[in-house]
Amino acid sequence: MLYGDWSGEALNTSDIFNFLKPKNELENQGESVENHPFIPNELWVKCPVCKNPVLSSDLNENFKVCPKCGYHFRIGARQRIEITVDAESFEEFDAELTSTNIIDFPDYTRKLKNAKLNSRENESVITGRAKIGGCETVLAVMNSQFMMGSMGTVTGEKITRAFEYATENSLPVIVFTVSGGARMQEGILSLMQMAKTSGAVKRHSDAGLLYITVLTDPTTGGVTASFAMEGDIILSEPKALIAFAGPRVIEQTIRQKLPKDFQSAEFLLEKGFVDKVVARSEMKKTLTKLLILHGCGTEAIEKEGD
Amino acid sequence: MSAYDSVTAARANDRPTAIDYITKIFGNSFIELHGDRHYADDKAVIGGIAELNGKPVTVIAIEKGRNLKERMERNFGSAHPEGYRKALRLMKQAEKFHRPVLCFVDTSGAYCGIGAEERGQGQAIAENLMEMMTLKTPILSVLIGEGGSGGALALAVADEVWMLENAIYSVISPEGCASILWKDSTKTAEASECLKLTSQDLFKLGVIERIIREPKNLDSVMFDSFKTLIAQTFDKLESFDTETLLNKRYNRFRKY
Repeated sequence: MLYGDWSGEALNTSDIFNFLKPKNELENQGESVENHPFIPNELWVKCPVCKNPVLSSDLNENFKVCPKCGYHFRIGARQRIEITVDAESFEEFDAELTSTNIIDFPDYTRKLKNAKLNSRENESVITGRAKIGGCETVLAVMNSQFMMGSMGTVTGEKITRAFEYATENSLPVIVFTVSGGARMQEGILSLMQMAKTSGAVKRHSDAGLLYITVLTDPTTGGVTASFAMEGDIILSEPKALIAFAGPRVIEQTIRQKLPKDFQSAEFLLEKGFVDKVVARSEMKKTLTKLLILHGCGTEAIEKEGD
Repeated sequence: MSAYDSVTAARANDRPTAIDYITKIFGNSFIELHGDRHYADDKAVIGGIAELNGKPVTVIAIEKGRNLKERMERNFGSAHPEGYRKALRLMKQAEKFHRPVLCFVDTSGAYCGIGAEERGQGQAIAENLMEMMTLKTPILSVLIGEGGSGGALALAVADEVWMLENAIYSVISPEGCASILWKDSTKTAEASECLKLTSQDLFKLGVIERIIREPKNLDSVMFDSFKTLIAQTFDKLESFDTETLLNKRYNRFRKY
């Protein structure tokens, strides 16, 4: 049997060289020669733009912006609120509101359930009031982790209520947008949200109140064609995709490749549709400045003077 | 008639277009006005002033074109931002001169292309939605063929929205819906059902006030009764004071 085993195995020439190779003291020593510390995978993130590995802790300290190339990673709505508002100042509105399958759209019930599980949120937007740099404001932050921030009836309702609250209480509104557009699964009723929210924005505007939008990656479709573009001041995070029709749809329609950076925040700035591109690390400072310039600090200062 | 039959009928080449409605209802009283005063004149959108039973009315319509040559000229009824801006300019003009606005909508959607994006398609539509919500004069919008998403809504923030029997109104085209849902753009019929885009469905959902009977041909008596209905509706809407009118319009959309 032993002999038979031998016959079944071809002699590999590399084995001979391996055999003849003199022993190198520095090889085959395993981990002991590694001169950098062992780091578990989940603590590393690879930047999708510069491809460099970044320590998760460094990334978090840097507002989820790549320290090497400045790429702004997408962040969830809760984290956005945390880095934007004054500590413990956020009071949420309508947290319990959630969508149902209103037109019996196939698979929507399951999709909604998954979206809730994945995002641990009830809808694609979080609304409330908060202080930013000491200034009172109403805030709406969309969430890409919930069905890519698509706008359904509840999204529209929460945003509309936020504007109505702000109008009643003479407060400014800041909306951070991120959205794939209207939510197809709610049919025409999702389209109607564009009109509904625009109506509430207009009433707020006619009351002489400030509305700032902050466009983040990606803001497209029905959200772009409604409240995202209706701000008195429109800010954007660097490199964010901002579009009415997404790049793939356009490429399919016109059958040609789009230029690089087409529909980026910087492109919209150049074309005159964005007021200012603001890095995430500067966002709170910029918002505070704008709120103060619109008299939002006046009340606080007056009180201090009393 | 299935939802898909409506989709086919709404897109049929021999279907009357906006120009037909304008001609049949307003005869030669319609004076077309051109341009958005910013960039260009978008031929996909027609606008002007006409006379309705002796009273002036601003008419704005998306025109697909009645033959291939016209369709190419009109960009198949897909407006660019300048089309929506022309519409808004004419609406503001109507507000100034206290005449009501009548919109005919027939588009597969706002155009998606490089120029449209560069000139702010999203911003142009958004501005129309906002401004129409508080335009201090009655607005009536009638979907006569296709009502494609934001591009249709930009002319349909109105006090009343009507639909021709076989017109459709949807947040996304059935093809787009099918390709997202089933990765198969040929399942248009199934998608048409799911989207609830027919006049019957939309009436049930409370998105439109009235379903208008289809004209069998251009000599149809339908156009006369349609004209009467439009005039009566403007009379009714003009009887409200501005504040009531605007509150009603706000609440019309607030309920969705």
